[in-house]
Amino acid sequence: MSQEMLYCAAGIALFGIGMFGVIVATHIIRKLIAVNIMGIAVFMVLLATARHGAVTDPIPHAMVLTGIVVAVAGTALCLWLALQIRLLGRGTKGEPPR
Amino acid sequence: MIIESMMDTLLAGGVILLACLSLSARQVFTSIVLYVCLGLLATLIWVRLNAWDVAIAEAAIGAGLTGALLLAAWRQLCFEPSDQTRESNGVS
Amino acid sequence: MFLKLEFKENQATSGELSTTTRVLLAIAIVALGTSLIYAILSAGKAPPDLAAQVAEKLDLSGVGNPVTAVLLNFRSYDTLLEVAVLLVVAVAIMPPRLSSSAGKRFLFVNDTHNPHVPDPILLNLLKWLVPLAILLGGYLLWTGAYSPGGAFQAAAVIAGAGVALSLGGRHKFAWEISGVRLASSLGLLVFVTVAATNAFITGTTLQYPIDHASTLILLVETFTTVSIATILLLLFAQLKSLADPPGEMHQ
Repeated sequence: MSQEMLYCAAGIALFGIGMFGVIVATHIIRKLIAVNIMGIAVFMVLLATARHGAVTDPIPHAMVLTGIVVAVAGTALCLWLALQIRLLGRGTKGEPPR
Repeated sequence: MIIESMMDTLLAGGVILLACLSLSARQVFTSIVLYVCLGLLATLIWVRLNAWDVAIAEAAIGAGLTGALLLAAWRQLCFEPSDQTRESNGVS
Repeated sequence: MFLKLEFKENQATSGELSTTTRVLLAIAIVALGTSLIYAILSAGKAPPDLAAQVAEKLDLSGVGNPVTAVLLNFRSYDTLLEVAVLLVVAVAIMPPRLSSSAGKRFLFVNDTHNPHVPDPILLNLLKWLVPLAILLGGYLLWTGAYSPGGAFQAAAVIAGAGVALSLGGRHKFAWEISGVRLASSLGLLVFVTVAATNAFITGTTLQYPIDHASTLILLVETFTTVSIATILLLLFAQLKSLADPPGEMHQ
């Protein structure tokens, strides 16, 4: 089993774990961690397929670099929205707003 | 050669193990810390895959900043406002 | 599944799925993963060898690092849009501007509001760490032209220095001042200006002339670094201090 294939398989396994986590987890931060794990999995598959023996394809690398920065921005936006919901609505399930 | 493939297997297995642990941890704080560890391990994998640019970005953003963001939001979300005013600095 | 979210720890969890659903879900995901692995195995080689194309045209890009060449010359449209995406997030999170913050400096020493005695070891460490991190950011920016590094890495390291500074507890950032808005939109502004000027002179939007390519790339990268570092730090600071007592931060 070559290195690329190993990391491709690991990336797909990681993607599955992340997907399971996104659906099953109830806490918002855990859901976001699962989404980020799915992101890492996608990056892993991209970078593993970028290797052709000795030469490395720089275009997937650039895409992954862009992806990392956008992922952190998206995570921050989600966290901020969650904080807003918590601060403004004060509780989620049936608790009366303050 | 055999050492290299062993290292790859260990790294891939470690990443999968950390992902499982991070998502099944009982406390949210543990999840976040394990996710940061996962990011650092992913950095090593990018180095193994010859992606140095991505490795630097992942170490700084993926592991460092995302962890800091998650911890900051966790502190705001999971504590009552009375706790927050008392410990108003440091991510506990 | 997505309707009942938990925001606090140890809440009553009525949003949890039953065991049967979980098992079915696990089976579905394993099936998906197996088919994905099969698809990748049977896909074979990637058809066009882009690596060779990039290596062939690398001399025309003005930089020696293929990733930087792709990011800021061959596919700079992507990077432009990425900076725009970051700016959109920053605009969403940006605190409202206060009239009282007219003459404020961006970074100031916070003596009055902090009830804690700052940790002296941390403060002394920060004295060395923050300048070093900014220096490292500048180095990564400069060296990105011909070896691993570049605008994003530099911005992340500088933002990391800012995060450490704000966790030290002694310094505070004034995010309400208008300089922040300028700094976080500067990257996009310079990028668009360069693209527009280029389009005006040479007729193509983001295809830099070979003689000036490295200068233009460095210019765009420098301002992009400033913007991204400001935005990343803003995201962290806003998440950290959203619920701080009023008076320190407007919220």
